[in-house]
Amino acid sequence: MGANVLIVAEQRDGALRRTSREVMTAARGIADALGVEAHALLIGAPGVAGQAAELGRFGADRVKVIEADALGRYHPEGYTDALARALEGEGYAAVFFTASAQGKDLAPRIAARLDVPLATDATGLAVEDGAVVVTRPVYAGKAFAQVVLEATPCLVSLRPNVFPAEENPRAGTVETLEAPASEGAWRLEVRGVAKTAGEKLDVAEAPVVVSGGRGLRGPENWTLLEELCDAIGPRCALGASRAVVDAGWRPHAEQVGQTGKTVAPQLYIAVGISGAIQHLAGMRTAGTIVAINKDPDAPIFKVADYGIVGDAFEVVPRLAAEIRKLRES
Amino acid sequence: MKSVVCIKRVPDTETRIRIAGDGTSIETAGVKYVISPYDEFAIEAALRLKEARGEGEVAVVTVGDAAAGEQLRSALAMGADRAVLLKGETTMDGLATARALAAELGAAEADLILFGMKAVDDDQQQVGAMTAELLGLPCVTGVAKFEVQEGGVVCQREIEGGVEEVRAPLPAVVTVTKGEYEPRYPSLKGIMAAKRKPLEEKEAQLGASRIRVRALRYPPERPEGRIVGEGAEAVSELVRLLREEAKAL
Repeated sequence: MGANVLIVAEQRDGALRRTSREVMTAARGIADALGVEAHALLIGAPGVAGQAAELGRFGADRVKVIEADALGRYHPEGYTDALARALEGEGYAAVFFTASAQGKDLAPRIAARLDVPLATDATGLAVEDGAVVVTRPVYAGKAFAQVVLEATPCLVSLRPNVFPAEENPRAGTVETLEAPASEGAWRLEVRGVAKTAGEKLDVAEAPVVVSGGRGLRGPENWTLLEELCDAIGPRCALGASRAVVDAGWRPHAEQVGQTGKTVAPQLYIAVGISGAIQHLAGMRTAGTIVAINKDPDAPIFKVADYGIVGDAFEVVPRLAAEIRKLRES
Repeated sequence: MKSVVCIKRVPDTETRIRIAGDGTSIETAGVKYVISPYDEFAIEAALRLKEARGEGEVAVVTVGDAAAGEQLRSALAMGADRAVLLKGETTMDGLATARALAAELGAAEADLILFGMKAVDDDQQQVGAMTAELLGLPCVTGVAKFEVQEGGVVCQREIEGGVEEVRAPLPAVVTVTKGEYEPRYPSLKGIMAAKRKPLEEKEAQLGASRIRVRALRYPPERPEGRIVGEGAEAVSELVRLLREEAKAL
């Protein structure tokens, strides 16, 4: 039997993040194709081992757990040390991360430490002749590269929302590892998190995105989009075009496109966004795209599945009301 | 206070990407190249730091072919003091680039090494943290704003749904995202001055790339969409389609 595969699971406040189910499912698929086991690494405060069962439910044969008070929240050096410990003594074929703020910070550190290459933000994984083949967007999604990493372990971070999470129960046997003892050597001091209003889902991870552009005429009109987002429910996050971020109407964290986030939600609703090439690149892999724009010639309609030509100020409130009605019925 | 900013020459974000005949690279003819936008934020941050302190040096470094000298000159025109071109071909394997940068920066004695959070060509978002690891320096990534105080750098790092405050002792590596540092345009005086600023060329110690690009493809074509209708009257039909046809609600 060949080398196993590992995922680095993510938790926030002790609860497994939704995206880790997706990564677990994808790793299960790769493990099956290679005929090996899928393992998960769970790092967190004492008690985090309670999340192992859920990783088992999504396909983990074994869950390695590292618990320490200092590891409750993501600490770049602490987690790199913890992951290095989990990799000691077991030569994995591949290690999968979420392409999140944590995964994109942690993966390159461990790659440099192990002296192996890293593929970021994969949207496709396959096994060919025993090798993992990664598909990943380049130029913010204007093209896709199919790549092979010529070293082991093969390190890959996976884009949220692209790989479906499916239950596929395995043993999820818990194996507790000793926490790294190097806390005194960590140089970074993680002081705390200021949460943004309402603690909404991040635009890169939300299954539904409602995005606004200059057609909304001013930041005060975002209440319109907030109402639509509320009507859709907690799965929905707000996005924005570059124009409105540059104008200071919305924070950069919401920007979709080449100098913002590349998103792949199941549903993307673009309101008052004309569709600059950088924006289209950032959202064109969404499942279903809806465009609402006054200008029938706006490029956004070329990628939209459904379009409404009209004034956002009339269309959006009606859409919010109808969706609310639908959810309540 | 010595800062070094690592930058990359990339196609302008306006570029319509065309895949070259070899099927694994892009057509470069007619492409306009720029400093990767995130790297411009990093340059701006370094310049403001120097201006606020009234002393210090800002150096810019890139790994690239001879043409990348153009982007170094742009950085000098913005106000950087000197530039280093590490000549070599970058690939998607950021670790090779990081190795070349670490070899150069190891001797630079910088207090602060800045990167853009990612280059907008390969979108790998890895070279900054890899370089830090190779140099054994602390590193904070995805930083919207930072302040240097008492031998350390206090960073506001963007994470999902919030902003995390992280302090690193100097020397440190920081990768910068969009937020505080809207880049300045070079002044005419800056452009003239840039011609006389030092630009050193060396061979990059890249080593082999271990990411093999098998194929480059265009994104899948989206099926032809349709205009459901005009104005608020079209909403009912849109909701029906989203529910019954797309199964997205």
